[in-house]
Amino acid sequence: MTSLAGTGPLLRLAWRRDRWIILASVLALVATAYGSMAATLDLYPTDAEAAAGAAVMVDNPSLTALYGPLPSATAAGIGVLKTVMMGSLFTAFLAFAIVRRHTRTEEEDGRFELVAAGVVGRRAPLAAAVALASLTVLMTGLLSALSLLGTGVDATGSFALGAVEVVAGLVMTGITAIAVQLTSTTRGAGGIAIGALGLAFVVRAAADTSTGGGRDLAWFSFLGWAQKVSPFGANRLWLLLPAVAATAVLLVVADLLLHRRDVGSGLWAARPGPAHASVGLASPLGLAWRLQRGSLIGWTIGYAVVGLAVGNIAKSVDQIASSPDVEDMLRKMSGGQGSLVDVFFGTELRFLAIGVAAYGIATALRLRSEESAGRAEIVLATPVSRWQWLGSHALIAVLGTLWLLVVVGVSAGLSAGAVSSTGVGDLLPAALATAPAVLVCVGLTILLFGLLPRWSTFGWGLLAVFVLLGELGALLGLPDWAMGLSPFDHLGSLPGGDANAAGLVALVLVALAIGAAGFTTFRRRDLVT
Amino acid sequence: MAHVIEATGLIKKFGATTALDGLDLTVHEGEVHGFLGPNGAGKSTTIRVLLGLIRSDGGTVTLLGQDPWKHATELHRQLAYVPGDVVLWPNLTGGEVIDLLGRLRGGIDAGKRDKLLEAFELDPTKQGRSYSKGNRQKVALVAALASDVPLLVLDEPTSGLDPLMEKVFQEHLTQVRAEGRTVLLSSHILSEVETAADRVSIVRAGRIVDSGTLTDLRHLTRTSVTATLTRPVAQTEAAQWPGVDAARQDRERLVLSVESSAVGDVLQRLGSHGIEALICQPPTLEELFLSQYRDAIDPGQKVEEEVSA
Repeated sequence: MTSLAGTGPLLRLAWRRDRWIILASVLALVATAYGSMAATLDLYPTDAEAAAGAAVMVDNPSLTALYGPLPSATAAGIGVLKTVMMGSLFTAFLAFAIVRRHTRTEEEDGRFELVAAGVVGRRAPLAAAVALASLTVLMTGLLSALSLLGTGVDATGSFALGAVEVVAGLVMTGITAIAVQLTSTTRGAGGIAIGALGLAFVVRAAADTSTGGGRDLAWFSFLGWAQKVSPFGANRLWLLLPAVAATAVLLVVADLLLHRRDVGSGLWAARPGPAHASVGLASPLGLAWRLQRGSLIGWTIGYAVVGLAVGNIAKSVDQIASSPDVEDMLRKMSGGQGSLVDVFFGTELRFLAIGVAAYGIATALRLRSEESAGRAEIVLATPVSRWQWLGSHALIAVLGTLWLLVVVGVSAGLSAGAVSSTGVGDLLPAALATAPAVLVCVGLTILLFGLLPRWSTFGWGLLAVFVLLGELGALLGLPDWAMGLSPFDHLGSLPGGDANAAGLVALVLVALAIGAAGFTTFRRRDLVT
Repeated sequence: MAHVIEATGLIKKFGATTALDGLDLTVHEGEVHGFLGPNGAGKSTTIRVLLGLIRSDGGTVTLLGQDPWKHATELHRQLAYVPGDVVLWPNLTGGEVIDLLGRLRGGIDAGKRDKLLEAFELDPTKQGRSYSKGNRQKVALVAALASDVPLLVLDEPTSGLDPLMEKVFQEHLTQVRAEGRTVLLSSHILSEVETAADRVSIVRAGRIVDSGTLTDLRHLTRTSVTATLTRPVAQTEAAQWPGVDAARQDRERLVLSVESSAVGDVLQRLGSHGIEALICQPPTLEELFLSQYRDAIDPGQKVEEEVSA
């Protein structure tokens, strides 16, 4: 078929460009699955101990909202709980990144034209990107399954975990294939695809924490499918079939859309804009705001929805916890204080703060993309100082993250207040108390940008390390100082308990110091493309 | 009074590659200075040092009497810059970018802006992502030309423009010079510098290999003389005449490359053979340029123009 001509060479090109980052990501996912399982098996050597541990988890709404229900009350079931949802999310994200990078990004940057003029069929770039993403997803699933076999657990369950990752990754490949046809911008396509992923997560979390018929809502979310594979529980490996079918349908739709648009454009045409700049577009801050506002609006809507959904779970938290003993254990496990509802919100808000940190990092990384594209040069050749330019983007990263924390604190507080005694007065301060850790992430990104501009995106790597420390550090028995490397380890226990005032002040000082170091090093270095 | 641009012995290294290797450059007030060199010779690197976007590793440089690295912001009030590869924000229109850059430079003359948009036939309502290379360049050119600054730094400003637009650009360049403004115009397209520049500097492998007015540089090279003769001369014989560098036969015409000082003598010799038609051409910058590069192009010596990503 001529429309697929060139798929092979394009696939090899994509692999050649991305092989190391793909291998590193896949290995990180596999290592997480293995490490989590191995450590859990050490923790619960007997079935009785596992059943006792599981009893606490089954009734824990915060765990259920984040990770879904426990597949089974066995050590293997506990060991796979976090991997199911984290593995699904990360595999889906990897598939998204691969598909977008080799389709829309190539078109937007104009590199695709160079290739398109050769013997390359119209479908070839999408086919190559989808093939690379699918192979990566399959590799992740297979290696994860094999790594679990290495810990000596049941083979069906091990392959079911692989199936979880494959389900999530394949469907996300299809969703991204559609998203990149719709808009002509990389960012727009990212917004659509990640928005769909976020929606799938929220629907799944809402379904898992509701009672009765609400639970069936999870079938509307592809992350719900992934989780319902339920490794070491029901082991529904057959769920691979609807996932493959859904992916095929999504890809057919993407292919139809592909034939309705021109190279370089989206299905939604770019419209003419204003011939004159608005009054606000007159300063580096005005420019930074103009560039960043779309993303902040999108995040604001997303976080308001998530906040409302999380707040609403408050009504079932007390019902889920079956006995005072369980309640007591939960409190000890999460280090939280106050009522069970407080513990629940403390856990959720700290989790949502990681998302806000991701926003802050993405926003600060705009500095680097402006510089490497050569747009920083245009602005810095006018009477705009480096301080002003960097400061404008940094200010939006800082104020944007604070704003998102306010949004989620208020929206969760409002919806929780409607169904329980916990309200905005509890949740807003708790949300804002996570700000210092988020600001440290922003500061680290700015420092990387100043010191090692070509390595700026390593800011994402640092966030991943912080997340892994928080998720797996205790399980792996890491020492306190290692756990303390994550800024999210010093936040105290709001709501209900006390803020760790010394910790928060220290984090703010660290954020200021590294941010200032980033400013100074940027002022003293060359612009690099 | 200090020159507008004064650089001596500039050195810039990017890792193992030496981009600038002792570059000297002097630009006088009110002149259009052509900055000539092939791709990768160090033109853009020099300009980035002059703008304080990167710091030189050695040598001294002053722009309008000040150090561009230390006083970048103040100096940028007095100049406008068009980069060699104009990249715009994909979601901002050309009009918005022109206004933004004008305002960042301290205000924009709306009347001038509109006239320039008309002259360059640029649609300001299109978004950055839908402009072609030439149109992106026009956006940066309009923004620069509309600003009221004493110094314009233009890095290969016409590389994406069609010949018609190049002519429009040349007209505006002439006007800028008439206003007494200084222009540093880098190019590897020699004809555009030839018509506009008062003085040129030729850069190769990070060094200036020649600098001066076009007249200064012309006497270093050959004049091309093409003659149709009633009593033809063998090209081997003509090649022996004093001052003749090379001779060849182009159908019935004899084409000679002659040292400028010997043109008179050669014409006398040609006259004795009966001239039917004669063309005498001063060397174009192309030829001048080639003569600078002809002898010493060392393929092993490769110089990066920009920091490689």
